[in-house]
Amino acid sequence: MSGERASDRDGHEHDDHHGHAGAGSELSEMDLRVRALESLLVEKGYVDPKALDALIETYETKVGPRNGARVVAKAWADPKYREWLLEDATAAIASLGYSGRQGEHMVALENTQRLHNMVVCTLCSCYPWPVLGLPPVWYKSAPYRSRAVIDPRGVLAEFGVKLGEEVEVRVWDSTAEIRYLVLPLRPVGTDGWTEDQLAALVTRDSMIGTGLAKVPESEMLR
Amino acid sequence: MNGVHDMGGMQGFGPVAPEADEPRFHHEWERRAFALNLGMGALAQWNLDQLRSARESLPPAQYLASSYYQIWVEGLIRLMLEHGLVTPQELADGKLRDAALPVPAALKADAVAATLARGSSVERTLARKALFAVGDRVRTRNINPASHTRLPRYCRGKPGTIVRVHGAHVFPDSNALGAGEQPQWLYTVRFEAAELWGPDTTATTVNVDCWEPYLESRSSGNDPASP
Repeated sequence: MSGERASDRDGHEHDDHHGHAGAGSELSEMDLRVRALESLLVEKGYVDPKALDALIETYETKVGPRNGARVVAKAWADPKYREWLLEDATAAIASLGYSGRQGEHMVALENTQRLHNMVVCTLCSCYPWPVLGLPPVWYKSAPYRSRAVIDPRGVLAEFGVKLGEEVEVRVWDSTAEIRYLVLPLRPVGTDGWTEDQLAALVTRDSMIGTGLAKVPESEMLR
Repeated sequence: MNGVHDMGGMQGFGPVAPEADEPRFHHEWERRAFALNLGMGALAQWNLDQLRSARESLPPAQYLASSYYQIWVEGLIRLMLEHGLVTPQELADGKLRDAALPVPAALKADAVAATLARGSSVERTLARKALFAVGDRVRTRNINPASHTRLPRYCRGKPGTIVRVHGAHVFPDSNALGAGEQPQWLYTVRFEAAELWGPDTTATTVNVDCWEPYLESRSSGNDPASP
């Protein structure tokens, strides 16, 4: 079925063991097509290849979920910052140096013992670039986009997350230019931790709402 | 448009498949396709809503069979052809035939950081006051425009409650048509999941950003279905 294949192809060839005779040649065809396209656009003077390199380098090496982890850790450690983040996320996040493209209008969503927030973009792939970087393939894929709004607990189970029945599951479909960052629940056993220590517990998925923050090793032994 | 991109609530796509230690890009062409989209976008020949519309109006079978960055390539090509920035012949053999159109100068490497940091706010000032406030009971309109819209099918004609007022934002439905930004008040509307899906859901609520033209009041007593 083409839909199933679409999700696999989004995942690319690492799990593509289904005898796609054309898969390899199709990929190299894309390589050739995009290469030809780029050289045409460079020749026309529409794009500068050095600028393209800089764009790629930015999102491959500079912008990623460690930014968001800094935001979350600070909110956990500093009640005033947490309040500001929940009140005006765009300004609070910009104060740490994370702002701009695809993060112009930020909203932070706080998880509690009784409330779990989860973010999706059913229509495309909207995602808060300045704090999380570019979205992973699964976030942009048909399985996640189709199911997050109707069966979030089923999706969470696929991420190994099981929430109690008493927990309210609140899904946010980012259909506009508002970009959402989940403020995950602070793990127990982290009293007095520094922001650096706390940031190490914050995963990308916990800030999308498909995961939880990591549990400290001391708690895992209990 | 009731396109295949509007996937909320569809079934049969299988499980979500997270990849451990996923790289940012899986192929060199994905890197270049990503950057070409941003680089060409910097020429401001089309807006964000036109870009999304171009990707989302690919034929459904092609959309579903394409990877994410393949869709980006197809959308970009469609827009460049529409705007006459390249010709079909040039795309076919990669050979330059027509001179470049008079567009702004290409984005330079040393301007990349500042351009990204500046971003592109879509908030606008609007003299008209917001029709709704937090707590207001609303209903989404039952609309099915053949052109671009951001109101997903699964939440059309549904009762909800305003939980946030964001300000006036560029209205994608007009902006995608090149009919101007026509800013509208933007709200987050909370829907009880059972109102959207009946008993077949594990969500408690679903919260969707809706522009004012998507909404009507349901506090006037013309809504027998809700208490």
